[in-house]
Amino acid sequence: MKIPLSWLQLSHEKVRLFVAIAGITFADVLMFMQLGFRDALFDSSTKMHKTLEGDLFMLSSQSDSTAFSSRFSRRRLYGIAGIKGIEYVTPIYIGSADWKNPELGNTRRIFVYGINPLYSTLKLPGVEQNIEKIKFPDVVLFDRLSRLDFGPIAQNYQQGKTVVTEVSGRKIRVGGLFSLGTSFGADGNIITSDINFLRLFPNRDPGLIDMGIIKLEPGVDRDLILKTLQTKLVDGDVQVFDFDGLIVHEKKYWQTRTAVGFVFTLGTIMGFIVGIVIVYQILYTDVADHLPEYATLKAMGYTDLYLLGVVFQEAIILAIIGYLPSVSLTMLLYFGAANATGLPIAMSATKAITVFVLTGVMCAASGAISVGKLRTADPADIF
Amino acid sequence: MKHQKNEVIVIRNLSHFFGEGILRKQILFNINLTLKSGEIVIMKGPSGSGKTTLLTLIGALRSPQSGSLQVLGQELVGTNRRKMVKIRRQIGYIFQGHNLLECLTARQNVQMSIELHNNLSSEEAKQKSIAMLEAVGLGDRVEYYPHNLSGGEKQRVAIARALVSHPQLVLADEPTAALDSKSGRDVVEIMQRLAKELGSTILIVTHDNRILDIADRILEMEDGRLRVNHIPKAS
Ligand SMILES: Nc1ncnc2c1ncn2[C@@H]1O[C@H](COP(=O)(O)OP(=O)(O)O)[C@@H](O)[C@H]1O
Ligand SMILES: [Mg+2]
Repeated sequence: MKIPLSWLQLSHEKVRLFVAIAGITFADVLMFMQLGFRDALFDSSTKMHKTLEGDLFMLSSQSDSTAFSSRFSRRRLYGIAGIKGIEYVTPIYIGSADWKNPELGNTRRIFVYGINPLYSTLKLPGVEQNIEKIKFPDVVLFDRLSRLDFGPIAQNYQQGKTVVTEVSGRKIRVGGLFSLGTSFGADGNIITSDINFLRLFPNRDPGLIDMGIIKLEPGVDRDLILKTLQTKLVDGDVQVFDFDGLIVHEKKYWQTRTAVGFVFTLGTIMGFIVGIVIVYQILYTDVADHLPEYATLKAMGYTDLYLLGVVFQEAIILAIIGYLPSVSLTMLLYFGAANATGLPIAMSATKAITVFVLTGVMCAASGAISVGKLRTADPADIF
Repeated sequence: MKHQKNEVIVIRNLSHFFGEGILRKQILFNINLTLKSGEIVIMKGPSGSGKTTLLTLIGALRSPQSGSLQVLGQELVGTNRRKMVKIRRQIGYIFQGHNLLECLTARQNVQMSIELHNNLSSEEAKQKSIAMLEAVGLGDRVEYYPHNLSGGEKQRVAIARALVSHPQLVLADEPTAALDSKSGRDVVEIMQRLAKELGSTILIVTHDNRILDIADRILEMEDGRLRVNHIPKAS
């Protein structure tokens, strides 16, 4: 084995090496956090959709996101119910209302879903068992993963207390708990029947719904029905998706139509640039400090390519040993962030690979900028 | 021009200029010089007379401009970079500063030279480096970093590095300038002894009058002209 000059050069100066690793780790953690929040945002925005019991989904054509949806006439939904192959259709009402914290008396916006209790529209732990309860007037199910600002609802309920509070100024009772979780759009959720929903929103037109669930008979060709519906509804005020299409539609809104997705992408780029600056700084000083040594190697007959290799190897070594600690540090921070926000922030293979590749590119780019300095190593200058 | 086997360096009408346009200045004027195999030649001359410039041209560290310059049978005027790099590998350089790599031990520094001629296993290269360090009297300093060596010791490591690959030609530019007279003398004697053993040709640039006696021949450079070409008095 040849003498590993790049590693010896790096490890010879322990303090500089430590600073380099710390800098890269910092940049990596920065990128991980931004990507983590961004992914969590996209994941959480589709959390509710993933629980929907249905095959096809109808939204208003103006609707980019169910969190801020436009409404459409429920006649559009019932109008297709007779098509062969469709078992049933059922609407969902979505709105946000003021929830009064029963302990403190202050109010907070909460997401309210109104569903027909005859169908299991939402496949969520806690909904099916409690579906009978919301048939009673002014009874709601409360999301136990809602932010704590809504009050100690879950604790009180589990202790057997009767939990009563006001939503939009109307007295309601919590009849059960379910688990959905928060998203960037919603700090908390409640589910109730369509009839109760309209009681909470007396100004809403009962004929306008937010989403339509279409359940197909077993064994029918879903794609065929989707195509039929799409041609039938072309130029109309509604659009129909299958499950994957719905998820893409929802994510696209957050990725492209809101500043939130952009902000986190920008944050990732910032981390990347910070990383380039740090690694460049380290590699450049390293080359500059060793210029006479590199010139000596050239005089001995080492090629420019060899020296280029040394600098790039240094870059790759830095990338790897800076990346590894960032993964464990990030997992720690993800854990803390997930606990604090209730958002699904977690390490994923995609993120791990993305950041690793970004680190590699970051170090290689810095290497490419700093090798320019190598050319100033003139073997004729050292005599 | 025909190359004779025992002629290591053949220089004919070599001139060299630095600078461009009105700043262009001639540094070397019509140099003619032949160095034979196994010769030890010293070049003296006042500072700024062009000695280093000539040495860097001979060593293929700088591109020659006009005339003819043959080193180890290879014409360097008008040659390409790749050939220059190849020539460099056949020459041992000893600089005024030792120019060792600070992050490598004495042994690794010497080994860097062997690895350029990559036909040895790493264990062989290591043994050869150690043997060479022993030959310059540094058998007990093999794993020392340059930081922990004295000036004379560092220069001896540099000699070991320059000679370990048995170059036919050794170029040294004021190798004793940074040393006290005792270690300066030691260093030159080691160079002389090893070069004789290996049959290398040595060209030494020096100001140091106390070492002139090791030379077979003394050249004198003045204002870019190689003036005198005399044999030292027999010692
Ligand atoms: N790279 C260069 N560019 C311009 N002038 C140079 C350069 N290198 C040396 N010189 C000039 O060439 C002359 C000879 O320098 P040098 O060969 O180093 O002399 P010596 O080694 O005999 O002291 C000096 O006047 C010096 O200023
Ligand atoms: Mg000089």
